Amino acid sequence: MRPFKYSTSSDARSATQLLEVNPNAQFLAGGTNILDLMKEDVERPDELVDITRLSLTGVQTITTGTNKGGVSIGSLRTNTETASHPLIRQQFPLLSQAILAGASQQIRNMATNGGNLNQRTRCPYFYEVSMPCNKRAPGSGCGAFQGINRMHAIFGWSEKCIAVHPSDMCVALAALDAVVKVRNVAGQERVISFTDYHRLPGNTPEKDNTLNHGELVTAIEIPPNPFAARSYYLKVRDRASYAFALVSVAAALQTEGTAIKQARIALGGVAHKPWRATEAEQFLAGKPATEDSFRQAAELAMKGAKPFEHNAYKVELGKRAIVHALMKTV
Amino acid sequence: MMQEETGQPDLSADEQKLLEELLSEDINGLSPLGEQRRNFLKQVAAAGAAILVSQLAGESLFAHTAGEEAFVPPPAADPATAVQVAFKVNTAGRSLTVDPRMTLLDSLREKLGLTGTKKGCDHGQCGACTVIVDGRRVLSCLTLAVTCEGKSVTTIEGLAKGGTLHPMQAAFIKHDGFQCGYCTPGQICSAVALMAEAKRGEPSYVTADLRANPGPVQLSDDEIRERMSGNLCRCGAYPNILSAIREVHRGKETAQSWQFISPDQTAE
Repeated sequence: MRPFKYSTSSDARSATQLLEVNPNAQFLAGGTNILDLMKEDVERPDELVDITRLSLTGVQTITTGTNKGGVSIGSLRTNTETASHPLIRQQFPLLSQAILAGASQQIRNMATNGGNLNQRTRCPYFYEVSMPCNKRAPGSGCGAFQGINRMHAIFGWSEKCIAVHPSDMCVALAALDAVVKVRNVAGQERVISFTDYHRLPGNTPEKDNTLNHGELVTAIEIPPNPFAARSYYLKVRDRASYAFALVSVAAALQTEGTAIKQARIALGGVAHKPWRATEAEQFLAGKPATEDSFRQAAELAMKGAKPFEHNAYKVELGKRAIVHALMKTV
Repeated sequence: MMQEETGQPDLSADEQKLLEELLSEDINGLSPLGEQRRNFLKQVAAAGAAILVSQLAGESLFAHTAGEEAFVPPPAADPATAVQVAFKVNTAGRSLTVDPRMTLLDSLREKLGLTGTKKGCDHGQCGACTVIVDGRRVLSCLTLAVTCEGKSVTTIEGLAKGGTLHPMQAAFIKHDGFQCGYCTPGQICSAVALMAEAKRGEPSYVTADLRANPGPVQLSDDEIRERMSGNLCRCGAYPNILSAIREVHRGKETAQSWQFISPDQTAE
């Protein structure tokens, strides 16, 4: 690993200042992604600013503003302590389930919510420094495009990059219309809707999200919703546990009698960011909550898929996963 | 070689020195098991230290002729970037000067001589390096030592109390929960932390109803499998690891699935 300076900070102001003065500094929280990437010489910060002593670990009911009645989750709370929190389990079980589908208990104990958002969108070509990768070395090409692309994107990719965002937590947050609160060195706050937080690769795959250097994620807010009774996170993977998703589905329904009032569907493992299936959601509104409706919605959700040589299976798998996840909610 | 009349080994001056080094108090500072290790060595000494020591002396001699040192201390941290850190390891306070790059795993193994914690993949994929920090199981290969300031680390060496194994260690032995043993310290640390997670009522991906009131969780076999999925075992000892954890979790003795071959069977 390349040498780096280790700095600590006890508040958001000093933490953001340290990044402001050093363009090569990065925040360190759980470290489960960045340290791994530093060992592989993919990430090369010359300073790590340890932010784990910041007090951004709370889970609270929001009492004012547009998200009143929803929940605010501190960016430095661990994934485990978020998934286990009674408020999250009761009101947003989809989020608990998605977090628990990711990684291993050890990693969830270390990983923070902010870190989960900011983990790199990545693929094996990004990790292997002898291979071309526009995300790691802009302009070097994409090894996956005509390489082994079984795990890669079927939506929203560009010729520059076809990697997928590996988070499960973020798929649930996209489905639940969460927002991300960030603050800069001047103390100014910015609120980013979750589906705008991560970005598609376009011509700049080196940028995974819309966070600026020096901005700190302080909290994630989820507005109140009626989905707690009917939601499910389905993760399909190569082994039963502790593996990245081939396809995952965050599904949520609100029903009135046998009819669907509103639906939420987001997919993981298919794009550079969590992928909301809004057309399928709109189709389901007013339809009966039956397998037949779900099949039609699944067709709509996967309609624009553009798979590669090794991942065409994700189209059919995605359809079946959507139906399966929705069936689990009724 | 051993003088049976007196029970005392016949040692040369060099051998005597090596034995004293082996039995020195210094090694006891490493872990609670140090005392056991010393007692073991003393027993060995009484029984036939000459054999042991002459072997060790021979190895040492061989090492020197091969132009190698028996123990090469790790290079000192660059004073320009070195960081002081103090944390507890198995209840003993430790103060270290480390390169910021040094992981908790490497500091345990290379600085503190606690080699029970194993380096498997070194990338957070295998769980062999699992230790317990402030009551939570974590991966020591993805934890920087400098971030452990003020924390309390428990490793496999800290689980036994005096000469008594931790119930999880005893259960792994009883149920033959390992073959090569390399993943075992991580498996056991993980399993010990799992018992506390179940008591706290923390859910897993296979927990049926996340909205049910959290309370202590009774772990089914599927729950144990899911919650232990971060610890890989290439020997495939999973069924026996499961049996060991199940027994400790339920607190009820269960028969192991293996047995020694009987004399009748050997005769066949």
